[in-house]
Amino acid sequence: AFGQVRTPQPGYAGPYPGQPNYGAPAPAPAPAPAAQKRLDPDTIPSPIQVIEDDKAKTTEPFTTGVRGQAPPLVTTTFQVKDQGNASPRFVRCTAYNMPCTSDMAKQSQVPLAAVIKPLATLPPDETPPYVVDHGEVGPVRCNRCKAYMCPYMQFIEGGRRFQCGFCSCVTEVPPQYFQHLDHTGKRVDCYDRPELSLGTYEFLATVDYCKNNKVPEPPAFIFLIDVSYNAVKSGMVNIVCNELKSLLDLLPRENPEMDSVVRVGFVTYNKVLHFYNVKSTLAQPQMLVVSDVSDMFVPLLDGFLVNVNESRQVIESLLEQIPEMFADTRETETVFGPVIQAGLEALKAADCAGKLFVFHTSLPIAEAPGKLKNREDKKLIGTDKEKTQFQPQVGFYNNLAKECVAQGCCVDLFLFPNQYVDVATLGVVPVSTGGSVYKYTYFQAQTDQERFLKDLRRDVQKQVGFDAVMRVRTSTGIRATDFFGSFFMNNTTDVELAGLDCDKAITVEFKHDDKLSEETGALMQCAVLYTSCSGQRRLRVHNMAVNCCSQLADLYRNCETDTIINYFAKYAFRGVANNPTKAVRDTLVNQCAQILACYRKNCASPSSAGQLILPECMKLLPVYLNCVMKSDVLLPGADVSLDDRAYLRQLIGCMDVTDTHVFFYPRLLPVMKLESGSLPVALRDSEERLSKGGIYLMETGLHLFLWVGASVQQELLLNIFGTPSFSQIDPNMISLPVLDNPFSQRLREIIDSFRAQRSRYMKLMVVKQEDRTELIFKHFLVEDKSASGGASYVDFLCHMHKEIRQLLS
Amino acid sequence: MSTYQEFIQQNEDRDGVRFSWNLWPSSRLEATRLVVPVSCLFTPLKERPSLPPVQYEPVLCSRANCKAVLNPLCQVDFRAKIWACNFCFQRNPFPPSYAGISEVNQPAELMPQFSTIEYIVQRGPSAPLIFLYVVDTCLEEEDLQALKESLQMSLSLLPPNALVGLITFGRMVQVHELTCEGIAKSYVFRGTKDLSAKQIQEMLGLTKPAAPGQQGHPVAPQEAAASCRFLQPVHRVDMNLTDLLGELQRDPWPVSQGKRPLRSTGVALSVAVGLLEGAFPNTGARVMLFIGGPPTQGPGMVVGDELKIPIRSWHDIQKDNARHLKKATKYYEALANRSAVNGHSIDIYACALDQTGLLEMKCLSNLTGGHIVMGDSFNTSLFKQTFQRVFSKDHNGDFRMAFGGVMEVKTSREVKVCGAIGPCVSLHSKGSSVSENEMGIGGTNQWKLCSLDHSTTLGVYFEVVNQHNAPVPQGGRGAIQFVTMYQHSNTQKRIRVTTIARNWADAQSQIQHIESSFDQEAAAVLMARLGVFRAESEEGPDVLRWLDRQLIRLCQKFGQFNKEDPASFRLSESLSLYPQFMFHLRRSPFLQVFNNSPDESSYYRHHFVRQDLTQSLIMIQPILYSYSFHGPPEPVLLDSSSILPDRILLMDTFFQLVIYHGETIAQWRKAGYQEMPEYENFKQLLQAPLDDAQEILQTRFPMPRYIDTEHGGSQARFLLSKVNPSQTHNNLYAWGQETGAPILTDDVSLQVFMDHLKKLAVSSSS
Repeated sequence: AFGQVRTPQPGYAGPYPGQPNYGAPAPAPAPAPAAQKRLDPDTIPSPIQVIEDDKAKTTEPFTTGVRGQAPPLVTTTFQVKDQGNASPRFVRCTAYNMPCTSDMAKQSQVPLAAVIKPLATLPPDETPPYVVDHGEVGPVRCNRCKAYMCPYMQFIEGGRRFQCGFCSCVTEVPPQYFQHLDHTGKRVDCYDRPELSLGTYEFLATVDYCKNNKVPEPPAFIFLIDVSYNAVKSGMVNIVCNELKSLLDLLPRENPEMDSVVRVGFVTYNKVLHFYNVKSTLAQPQMLVVSDVSDMFVPLLDGFLVNVNESRQVIESLLEQIPEMFADTRETETVFGPVIQAGLEALKAADCAGKLFVFHTSLPIAEAPGKLKNREDKKLIGTDKEKTQFQPQVGFYNNLAKECVAQGCCVDLFLFPNQYVDVATLGVVPVSTGGSVYKYTYFQAQTDQERFLKDLRRDVQKQVGFDAVMRVRTSTGIRATDFFGSFFMNNTTDVELAGLDCDKAITVEFKHDDKLSEETGALMQCAVLYTSCSGQRRLRVHNMAVNCCSQLADLYRNCETDTIINYFAKYAFRGVANNPTKAVRDTLVNQCAQILACYRKNCASPSSAGQLILPECMKLLPVYLNCVMKSDVLLPGADVSLDDRAYLRQLIGCMDVTDTHVFFYPRLLPVMKLESGSLPVALRDSEERLSKGGIYLMETGLHLFLWVGASVQQELLLNIFGTPSFSQIDPNMISLPVLDNPFSQRLREIIDSFRAQRSRYMKLMVVKQEDRTELIFKHFLVEDKSASGGASYVDFLCHMHKEIRQLLS
Repeated sequence: MSTYQEFIQQNEDRDGVRFSWNLWPSSRLEATRLVVPVSCLFTPLKERPSLPPVQYEPVLCSRANCKAVLNPLCQVDFRAKIWACNFCFQRNPFPPSYAGISEVNQPAELMPQFSTIEYIVQRGPSAPLIFLYVVDTCLEEEDLQALKESLQMSLSLLPPNALVGLITFGRMVQVHELTCEGIAKSYVFRGTKDLSAKQIQEMLGLTKPAAPGQQGHPVAPQEAAASCRFLQPVHRVDMNLTDLLGELQRDPWPVSQGKRPLRSTGVALSVAVGLLEGAFPNTGARVMLFIGGPPTQGPGMVVGDELKIPIRSWHDIQKDNARHLKKATKYYEALANRSAVNGHSIDIYACALDQTGLLEMKCLSNLTGGHIVMGDSFNTSLFKQTFQRVFSKDHNGDFRMAFGGVMEVKTSREVKVCGAIGPCVSLHSKGSSVSENEMGIGGTNQWKLCSLDHSTTLGVYFEVVNQHNAPVPQGGRGAIQFVTMYQHSNTQKRIRVTTIARNWADAQSQIQHIESSFDQEAAAVLMARLGVFRAESEEGPDVLRWLDRQLIRLCQKFGQFNKEDPASFRLSESLSLYPQFMFHLRRSPFLQVFNNSPDESSYYRHHFVRQDLTQSLIMIQPILYSYSFHGPPEPVLLDSSSILPDRILLMDTFFQLVIYHGETIAQWRKAGYQEMPEYENFKQLLQAPLDDAQEILQTRFPMPRYIDTEHGGSQARFLLSKVNPSQTHNNLYAWGQETGAPILTDDVSLQVFMDHLKKLAVSSSS
């Protein structure tokens, strides 16, 4: 009745040979009918098919005016028209038909969550949020729940009052905001005011919304560069200093015509810290060494944070000299805690928010607060103690993070480790302050420079808000109960972000605390108060309304698997720090099985128990969930270091749906035939799909591979690599040669367009069939069995079926 | 030798020594009855152009606990080549190098005219001098500019091989590295945190932490010194340093309304002391501290940064209301002692209108022989010229400063040393010649003078230990030997030996002789030093009472009078001026704190206990010259009666130089007579005191405050507060005299003082 589609699996009837060990409970002695034949992968739900179908289906711009309408998939290119709800680029929900009661929600086990990316960058053909200025009065809000004026507010009594859509409280309309209503009860100026007609807009905040009731100072960027032996030797110091010279002209600004008001400061460090006075009146920069790392302070005020244009000469001279000064250093020990403290103290002294860019190489073993020791222990994998490896080693950084957040000090960490650096601990401050961690293991100037520089450039330039507080308000009946992402929470409702950039997403989970009604649906309003890069205090408001249903079938008909996976991944990855990894994996499988079993029981028309019936919207749930289960965090291979796992864990934590989708199910394109204007249809991530005579491009959002079959036509090789011989392809190349043929041009275009879509630069890796590096590539063929013991798609689906049947019986 | 006057003068010129008694009472009992102890003012490095140093090592007595130096008083057997020590009577063979001596071929140290002799010894490597500037940057722009110029100028005055360093401070303390090219580099310390020397050295990167596994391998100090980037030879870094000083900015931290700037003087000094301690122990070094205000934060803080709470006054101190006083004093004392142990001296150049905390910090200079200079601003000639004079040179082109002095006193058996008062610290060397009775810094016969110059003078106090019934000691003479080892400013190590002897006299039979051997000037200064020493730790009135008692007892002992008849009281010539000195001493800023800030008192006392006799006497009783048409300039009584309308007065108090124009002269000057050709003589009269003042200004260290005032001028108070108030508003009409100027004071005059003294002296009850 609801367009429910069955996906019967005719040949499948139960357990199968060669069941892998993927951490599930031992298989129940189920009946094993005669189906010994291996299941044909083409008969099980194909992600590619779903993606392509959605692309084909989407022909018109997506308008957000209709409540409870699921947007196209993240893999589909589409335009959004804001007609009262936030664009899916800002907010995506797991379910667009929320169950009315908590009983229903419990029964279905479908997570109710929204992935919010408050400052997401919009494509050029969509208008950025309007900025509303209400002058000194500030935004109009509900008296009780403090929700901001939005299209869900109902004006009554001829426009003199409005009733809040969230809490139903009636509030007087301030005189200067009064407007008459038309015959339908809408305000006459409804379409002139973004806050009455759009899903997303911004308010200019008044001083009441500022810290200490003071208009904030423009933010500052402080660059803190490790100058120990490893840093100098790897070329990092040189590259950073060189790059900063040009990068400083690209600091974020609101108006491209104007100079950025962001001030900059510089610190270098090894065991001690060196601050630099780059005051414009100086002929030469001055270095101030602070060796008292146990009790950090800022040695200077005037001249540390400067305007780039005023101090340009001094800064350039400084950046020239830093690599020279430390060229012969023999200091190998570094500190880390004091480095962040230094930046924090500097921001405190200047009374502004800002961002620290820390370029760091090694485990901080020098005597100082936040000193760490090497604790990586592979033996702990799979034991109950494994979780401790994801927890910070010392409590120091948690307290430091708290202080940073209070000051609006966001920390971005660039790591260049040659060995274990304890990302789990070093990442505490970046993660809690809304910052990012970048890791370049075994950094070598020659091969990694481009990737690092592209990341750095993007990181410095990207739009970012400071000293932000996010609050999600909902209509009576549901409540935001849990939050996932890079931020800090002091209480249960306010998400505090020292910094919030355009790439950061926050996943919010909702729970019922009362009944919802089908009539009003469920409303949510996400308000982010932040300081813009020009020092303006603003409020960004995203409104989202979804439908409510009293029938389970409605729920299953209108939900989004990609968003559910985003939630599951974040939920599971957070869980590994507190629970044994195995328990986390079991929980995932169980919940998934329950979701599907509930559907089978309540929504699907009766059929034989041997049939696996999946809801249309969730038919990819098993394959995607399997990918999450097989990720390095939940199922590490032998060559995966603790740092890598901790790094990924933190990375996933602030990804949006697009990012998680491609990360868990990489995009694999055959590139033997390329047409301009359109991309070839992607392939399923399985080795079976690759042909020896083909060349394939794969992206995961972090990696980019070009797999070359052993018997590719010479012409193709010539076109791409400029060599006719497979053996002559240099597996160490980091970029394709620039060749003057349409094929090479188009391939490079595609690679560039892929990179442009991702927030981190993907280094290209050329993988030759049968080559040593193929193992890395194969790790991402996620439908196959993985080397670390992860199940293949087929096997997992069988297992899932069994689980469901167990639940049903 | 005809008179004691000449004998005293000759001894001072030759040996730099002035004894209170030039005949010594032969027993302990008699000595104590003389009231003024056997003591002397000794100037170890008295300038002796006629004394060329000898280029060999002194010959020492072989007795282990004697080690006296061979001197003209020793008995020598030229044939046996043996000499007898005149202190312990040990017979010593001459060293082989003395094989050729005979009656006609005597080494210098045996000749009577070489009772003071200086040896140059070649021992160990000579270390260059070190000058470490510690500069307060919380100054007004103008002051800082002037200070920067003075410092830059001083670089050209330093010996080229001297090591120089720079520490600046305000809210933070910065130690500047001097060797770097391009980027100026400095190490920064927080101004509120007290750090140990070890921490400081570690933070400055001067010690390499022992590598694990090879402990117990401390870095040798030489190595540390070689790698010390903070102290560099002047000739190598003077360009760098000049630039560095030129770029020096005022402390950039904002100072809000109603606050003092945060000044971390305590930590800055601690860093300076710690730096030198680690890198250059036991070498001559001067830490030169320039401050423009009191320390306001961290250890050694003297006053908080709230302007509404003023810095402590004597009133607060007496009321026990000075919150930071004890803590700060203790802190600076600890620093001073550390510095003294390493032989580094600390100068304080304090220029501000308000107090700067000298009271708390004085020990830094007092214990280490450093200078204290106090002025209103760095932009005054007082500071500029004084500072320049620190680097003045003698006729040989050597700096008038010596370092790392150790003065040892050896005595013959009948005498023991009780202590010394001066810019020194005890080395706690207990020898047989050390008395149990302490006066000044006692309990030792060796003192360290981290820095000394040609005028540095110590008061040394002795005790006669011969028992009353014992005969006058054999030989009839008591001897004292001063052995002063020091580092000459040209980095040579030198030893100066002064051996003096005085005759014993039986106090009962020869009291007249003893009386006439009394050096009342020396005695006044020596007693004054004792008084000032006491005043540092005791209440003012107690000291005055003690001083009065001593004076009365002395008058009772030596005065001639009929009992209970004050009019009959007479003092002999050798004691006649002594009561007057005491009168002025009682009124002096060394003992009176009224009208002086605690800083000023500390400043005055600092200079008083280190200057030689002449200067000290000027400080006790200022000199007053009178200029008139009636004749050449003449010294006049320091009395209000000397203030006459037709005179110009020139008063020298050591600290101030006051030119005072009498009422009539001032009127003439105002009318401009000096400009008229027919009054050329008036012009000359006006000029004469200026020229004389200039002469004094040329030589004095520190530069006195120069005051040009006139009758009725506000600055005339400097003169009026010093003169004996023989005429006051109380007795003006009673005396009925028409000359002189009345002083508006309730202080007693010298006349009243003397009357009381006589009365008490002749009274049998006291």
